[in-house]
Amino acid sequence: MNFWLVLTANSVTFGGLLFLLSAGFSLIFGLMRIPNLTHGSLFMLGAYVGATFVVGLLGFQLNFWLAAILATLAVAAVGALAERLLLRRLPGDQLAQVLVTLGLSFMAADFCLMVWGGDPLNIATPGGLGGFVRFGVMVFPAYRLAIIVIAIVVAVGLWLLLDRTRLGAMIRAGVDDPDMARVVGIRVSQLFTVVFALGAGLAAFAGIIGGPILSVYPGLDQDMLPLALVVVILGGSGSLLGSFVGSIIVGFIYNFGQALLPELAYFVLFMPMLLVLLLRPQGLFGRHVP
Amino acid sequence: MATSALSLKNIDAYYGDSHVLTDVSFELGEARMLGLLGRNGAGKSTCMSVTMGLLAPRRGEVVVFGDKVTGLSPEMVAAQGVALVPQGRRIFKSLTVRENLMVAARKPDAGSKHAPWIAETVFAMFPRLAERHKQIAAHLSGGEQQMLAIGRALMGNPRVLLMDEPSEGLAPQIVAEVMATIRKLKESGLSIVLVEQNPRLVFDVADDIVILNTGRVAVVSTPAQLDKDGVDLTQHLGVF
Repeated sequence: MNFWLVLTANSVTFGGLLFLLSAGFSLIFGLMRIPNLTHGSLFMLGAYVGATFVVGLLGFQLNFWLAAILATLAVAAVGALAERLLLRRLPGDQLAQVLVTLGLSFMAADFCLMVWGGDPLNIATPGGLGGFVRFGVMVFPAYRLAIIVIAIVVAVGLWLLLDRTRLGAMIRAGVDDPDMARVVGIRVSQLFTVVFALGAGLAAFAGIIGGPILSVYPGLDQDMLPLALVVVILGGSGSLLGSFVGSIIVGFIYNFGQALLPELAYFVLFMPMLLVLLLRPQGLFGRHVP
Repeated sequence: MATSALSLKNIDAYYGDSHVLTDVSFELGEARMLGLLGRNGAGKSTCMSVTMGLLAPRRGEVVVFGDKVTGLSPEMVAAQGVALVPQGRRIFKSLTVRENLMVAARKPDAGSKHAPWIAETVFAMFPRLAERHKQIAAHLSGGEQQMLAIGRALMGNPRVLLMDEPSEGLAPQIVAEVMATIRKLKESGLSIVLVEQNPRLVFDVADDIVILNTGRVAVVSTPAQLDKDGVDLTQHLGVF
């Protein structure tokens, strides 16, 4: 019984982490139609930058949460630069965008290997969250619960931003009809940069937050990117709710698949994606884009 | 002619290799309404796209109240006080009615003689939108969506309003309502280009008429003059 409960709780935790990663990916793809294959790299870069401060590789150590904020801001700036300098030169050319972002992800992987080496970096669980929480017969790590809470807080924050502010309405207008949004005076170009930076920052935040569970290692980007892709295809691009539900579903499929059918874990993971692509290409909560 | 609000001068525009506008020139006077007529594919909507900066012309220029806007992005053209009610309405379907209006809000130009358009004035003009202000725009009827598209354009406090086939696909009763609104806007002193396939609608309200035929300006006149001259409109419009 405990095994199933722990597996369920772990799935929700992993789903929360995936939500932080995939919400930005979904927004970037939904608004800008850019299949940003550097998203896994941004996750890994956030984890490495955060780890640098937490572990003290620069000769000084920072508090985990301060390091998380710094890593988020740094990677958000990197994302904004990549968007302004490279991706906006390729509007509407998805093949070029795929190739450029794929190339960038290879460069980022090499950069990380050069700077941080090939050994995994372990990030200690932040102070105060190292213990366990007891729910009746079940004992659960406090940090994993914290991740669930953080994911919910971020989801609510993003929902408020997108659903309750004029900026959010402008972003959604841009998702609906970018040309028309420009015609009514919305500076879609600036919104693109803001959204890209937001998405990159969220990915980096997920990277450092996930650090104490996943650790940081070369190849982390390639492990995470397919999961974000599956989430967005399942949930539907540009849909926050889709990202949330998709993340939880993938969290469950991934964890249960790994535990019960380890030889078929990827088959189990990608099969639902295949079915959604065949039966509902816009995803569970996405809108049909002609 | 009054001060020029909008002029297209010697515009040549292409979609790929297809030459869709050839040496198109016309002028909209301040506080006047210009009816732009033509058959399907005559180039009317392309004129709107060129004016709004959605399609860059290969030759010619677009001037708004003396300022050249050719080559500007659509958002910069909007900032110059040009608003478009597009063909097919193209409201933001996932936004509520109020959000559709709020995202298009722009302060009026300094020294504007008109009372500024805000959501409440749009709602006063279209009470049905006020009743549905929290509703998702996709759930509105065709007529309500057209009202929203007009209201959204007005929220930009435009000096020039471009209306691309606002009667398209609407029931006759709704068309009458929309035309009454257009009349009111004209009386308020707004400079308007009204694109239509149906000349009867335009002749009632427009001060000037431009007819396009296969991407060229075929006729520049006024409704009264056209009537007086007995111009054969079927030659240019196909139906009348």
